[in-house]
Amino acid sequence: MSDALQSLPRFLPELILMAALAVVIVADLLTQRRPLQNSTDLLNGITLVGLVGALVTSWQALGAGEAQSLFASMLADDGLLGVFRPIFCLTSIVVLLLGMRSKELEGVRLGEMLALLLTVTAALMWMAGSVNLVMIYLSLETVSVASYLMVGYLSSDRLSNEASLKYILFGAVSTGAMLFGLSLLYGMTGTLDLYGVRAALAEGAFGPGLLFVLILIAAGIGFKIAAAPFHFWCPDVYTGAPTPVTAFLSVGPKAAGFAVLIRFFYLGLAEPAGGGAIAPVGGADWQMLLMMLAVITMTLGNVAALLQTNVKRLLAYSSIAHAGTMLMAACVLSVEGVQAIAAYLAIYLFMNLGAFAVVILAHRVTGSFEIDSYAGFWKRSPLLTVAMGIFLFSLMGIPPFAGFLAKWYVFAAVINAGLGWLAVIGVLNAAVAAFYYVKVLRVMVIDQEIGPTPALAFSRLDLALLVVLVVPNVLGLLFWGSLDRVTEVSQTLLELG
Amino acid sequence: MIPLEHYLYISAALFSLGVFGVLTRRNAVNVLMSIELIFNSANINLVAFSRFVEGALGGQVFALLVIVIAACEAAVALAIVMSLYRVVKHVNLDDAAELKG
Repeated sequence: MSDALQSLPRFLPELILMAALAVVIVADLLTQRRPLQNSTDLLNGITLVGLVGALVTSWQALGAGEAQSLFASMLADDGLLGVFRPIFCLTSIVVLLLGMRSKELEGVRLGEMLALLLTVTAALMWMAGSVNLVMIYLSLETVSVASYLMVGYLSSDRLSNEASLKYILFGAVSTGAMLFGLSLLYGMTGTLDLYGVRAALAEGAFGPGLLFVLILIAAGIGFKIAAAPFHFWCPDVYTGAPTPVTAFLSVGPKAAGFAVLIRFFYLGLAEPAGGGAIAPVGGADWQMLLMMLAVITMTLGNVAALLQTNVKRLLAYSSIAHAGTMLMAACVLSVEGVQAIAAYLAIYLFMNLGAFAVVILAHRVTGSFEIDSYAGFWKRSPLLTVAMGIFLFSLMGIPPFAGFLAKWYVFAAVINAGLGWLAVIGVLNAAVAAFYYVKVLRVMVIDQEIGPTPALAFSRLDLALLVVLVVPNVLGLLFWGSLDRVTEVSQTLLELG
Repeated sequence: MIPLEHYLYISAALFSLGVFGVLTRRNAVNVLMSIELIFNSANINLVAFSRFVEGALGGQVFALLVIVIAACEAAVALAIVMSLYRVVKHVNLDDAAELKG
């Protein structure tokens, strides 16, 4: 009991989110009979306050205080969780703002959507903190179940329903396989605690049996980060879901999936080898497993993206490819890789949500997600075209945009670990990626629209949102020092090196 | 006493049946039933290991939590199936293919 009470102050961002969740549910019920716009504004406001509160408290908690375990070793409050918390809060805030401007969500009651958004944000934090097999499964399922509902939110829309059904079927099978793997791991080690698992595995060689278990567990984690071959849901769900939800799925659960991946493999299946390096235990070569996943994911994502004509599908495959790039950093077996993933995600957040913001604003005026409908945008709205250009160049990883910095972190970590061949495959993939990003820009700038081309008008809120998303991408190099200092904290994993 | 291996054979069989059902069935409700088999195979594992490993009660608690989560997931899944049925009047997965490519 006293342990739980002592843990509460370190749990403040999650508590704020839970409080906001309760208020949103009650306020939604109380305003059922009010005009839709009033009720939506009120609920958006409450959610925003809750998320900003969580962002501020998690920012203050970042790097303050010693790493410690919370709630009887269910969660670990350490540098890794500290860095991931603000990423989740920022994602949810941007998604909330995108939701206000989305044409698909206009005229829809948003109470439940906002309650789900707050739930998922808190559950993402639990995912990033969990150091117990039960907690990993529980938080992962909380995120999944809530995201199924968010994807199917437009209940009269065929695509939204279909996407949601596909998502839940793929999701349930992959988490089911993961659960079977976790149960076998429990049988091998006799404990559910990740540190206990490490201690038990260090005593013997389990070989192929352990590798089989790890493949099952990788199915669950791979589903969350959309890594091939567990990515099949990704393009369909991204296309069918309301676009703000798509934007959320492409960053939030992916980031949390990587946090779980790091904790599970770096803490549970490896022991510190000095100088921040780790050595796998239990006689299973999971580094090879992750390298194979990384190569397949990158290549498949980039090649499939070349063929897409729908911008949401294109961004889906692009997000698969980015997951592959981050998986490369997970193969380096040292805390340098952890920092590379954290820094990549922090930058990826701004470039990917930026691209989705442009997609949502363009959909307001064109009513279409086809790339062809972007023809003539350079004449209609130079501002939107320039913003899209910046986001896409950043996603490509071209200097001086922030995406270059993200790729730099990953490739530096991979090369320092002596995995030169992996870096070569990564660079080749980055070159392929440039083709499809440039294709979108070519349509926007060069292709002529048929018919009348009225100039596009955007509200002040739209412009402010674009500026907020563009600035980190453009000035990334200026903030390199502070980004480095902040993400360095992620290297202090509890009881690691 | 029934040895541990027998429980593991049963759970492995259930898991395989579940995966087979997911891959071959075309009706969404049948697929959901197969998914329940997968969850329950893991539950058998957890409880069996917990019974045979000294002082490891965690497995039984885990199994209880899995039952709760499986119920939540089934409720959400059936709600989505109902909602899709209202729009397209069937729950056949082969015809739910508006999204592909």
